[in-house]
Amino acid sequence: MFYRENGQFKTSYRSDQQVFPILQDKWAMLGLLVVAFVLVPMVASDYVYLALLIAFIILSLAALGLNLLVGYCGQISLGSAAFMATGAYITYNVVTRLPGTPLVLAMVVGGLAAMLAGLVFGIPSLRIKGLYLAVATLAAQFFSDWVFARVGWFTNYAPSGAVSVPPLHAFGLPVIEPWQKYLFCLTVVLILGVLAKNLVRGHIGRSWMAIRDMDVAAEVIGIRPMYAKLTAFAVSSFYIGIAGAMWGLIHLGSWEPLAFDITRSLNLLFMIIIGGMGSIMGSFFGAAFIVILPILLNQVPQALGIPISVATATHLEFMIFGALIVLFLVLEPHGLARLWSIGKEKMRLWPFPH
Amino acid sequence: MGFFVEVVIGGLMAGVLYSLVALGFVLIFKASGVFNFAQGAMVLFAALSMARLSQWLPQWLGFESLFLANVLAFIISAALMYVVAVLVERLVLRPLVNQDGIIALMATLGITYFLDGFGQTVWGSNIYRIDLGISKDPLIILESVFEGGVLVNRDDILAAFMAVVLVSVLAIFFQKTATGRALRAVADDHQAAQSIGIPLNRIWVIVWAVAGFTALVAGMVWGSKLGVQFSLATLALKALPVVILGGFTSIPGAIIGGLIIGVGEKLAELYLGPIIGGGLENWFAYALALVFLLVRPQGLFGERIIDRV
Repeated sequence: MFYRENGQFKTSYRSDQQVFPILQDKWAMLGLLVVAFVLVPMVASDYVYLALLIAFIILSLAALGLNLLVGYCGQISLGSAAFMATGAYITYNVVTRLPGTPLVLAMVVGGLAAMLAGLVFGIPSLRIKGLYLAVATLAAQFFSDWVFARVGWFTNYAPSGAVSVPPLHAFGLPVIEPWQKYLFCLTVVLILGVLAKNLVRGHIGRSWMAIRDMDVAAEVIGIRPMYAKLTAFAVSSFYIGIAGAMWGLIHLGSWEPLAFDITRSLNLLFMIIIGGMGSIMGSFFGAAFIVILPILLNQVPQALGIPISVATATHLEFMIFGALIVLFLVLEPHGLARLWSIGKEKMRLWPFPH
Repeated sequence: MGFFVEVVIGGLMAGVLYSLVALGFVLIFKASGVFNFAQGAMVLFAALSMARLSQWLPQWLGFESLFLANVLAFIISAALMYVVAVLVERLVLRPLVNQDGIIALMATLGITYFLDGFGQTVWGSNIYRIDLGISKDPLIILESVFEGGVLVNRDDILAAFMAVVLVSVLAIFFQKTATGRALRAVADDHQAAQSIGIPLNRIWVIVWAVAGFTALVAGMVWGSKLGVQFSLATLALKALPVVILGGFTSIPGAIIGGLIIGVGEKLAELYLGPIIGGGLENWFAYALALVFLLVRPQGLFGERIIDRV
């Protein structure tokens, strides 16, 4: 009843092409931003920040990056954690070896390094696709596991291979307390999210989608597959690298190579399958889902008084993830994002569905 | 020189295990075009059920014989793998028919997670042993050729023997039986096979069951060598580079690819390891596969891919 675009006439191409053409959407988004930037910091406890919000925000960014590659360009990647690791370790090295480098600059350097790695491992995508590419990206995963564990330079010759980060500052403000970390991550993700949204609406995003839908046809209409695929790899790895830098330096603080193993890669892939492939919003839904589900699985049986061991909870989590993946692929291949847009469609017509 | 031969033999033995897992991949890929990421999870699941049943059955039924326990556990595990195959076909493959290869791959990722979680919930998640009743003393062979002879583990010989038996059984099954012929027909051309009345759904069940059976054999051999634990599933991922190397559609390719990778990574560890740091084994296979993908994407024995990008 309230969600109607009646009377909102578009009088210019500009207004027709905006990101949120419906006024209510715009207000809802503004409201969401106010909640995220003002209301949440007023009420959230440290536990909520550390266990939920920061992890959710950073993983959303990583999922968004992966979605650009898998969902928009149709190139599968099982090695996204490798690019997260690249971002994290390079940023760590910049921060510790060149003290005084602004944090944001260090993160950009980390992101660019991840981008380079993504380009290198994306080269096979020019010759192979689909299933073969999955193995090529697995190579990235296992190679990065090895490099970051074995090559001392990356970990600053830490004896156990675990690194820890000094207190961080960005723009002269400390990023130490949970709420400061939260606001910093939120800002970064907001900027990169808006950028991604515009990227996929524009020329480059369309060329990715054309490649995804049918590469031969895309080539025929004048899209260079090499350029499109490599840009998708580059942009996606940059995003994932930035997310990795934030995950390592801001969320974890200190970590060992296992923090970025293949489980993380698969987790990211699950996020975009459940959230919705080829949807910016879906990345956020998926990340939220995957962050919240394990916590729910731990809390709900406890609250109900059912004793459940940690190991069983982990195994249950595995089973539920697995079942959900198959369920989503079978029932709703476009994920939660599609459910959301179906809901919105229903809202527009409610209460007169005809 | 004796040491070199020992390393090569060790590599070949590891390669046999990779081949066994890769065999399952190839079977499923040929028959249904599905890239089965879950093969590793199937190995783990089968090995867990084998290990636990062979331990539980004597207690439940009150007998002592290790042989009987192993045989019974093997039969029940094989039956379980058949059930898994039926369920996979019903719940996953049938609804996803005609979808992209990538979608099917992701679905098998889901199966992987489900099987990993389910297996460990039902069977437990500690490290278990499969005792096939082979002594652990190594054999020393070829003493006349090399000084000091060459050390070979008995269970490695058993593994190789079982692999040979399995491959021969599969070869006979594929060449001589009606079902095998139907499977080959489906592998050649789905539509043509369907048009002459071969029921695709039933074929998929059979091929997944056969893959489950090879997973059981692989899991049994591997479990008796290294113990059954979760890392088996990750180790089994190495079958992916093996099938890349050998070609997705070639059974001999899976075997030879497995042997090459097994020997290659052991030799790389031996000669390259000291130069660039140990632990090469974890990624060497993938890097080799990557190079192969760039040079010869269809693998050593695969069918030429006409599908150009």
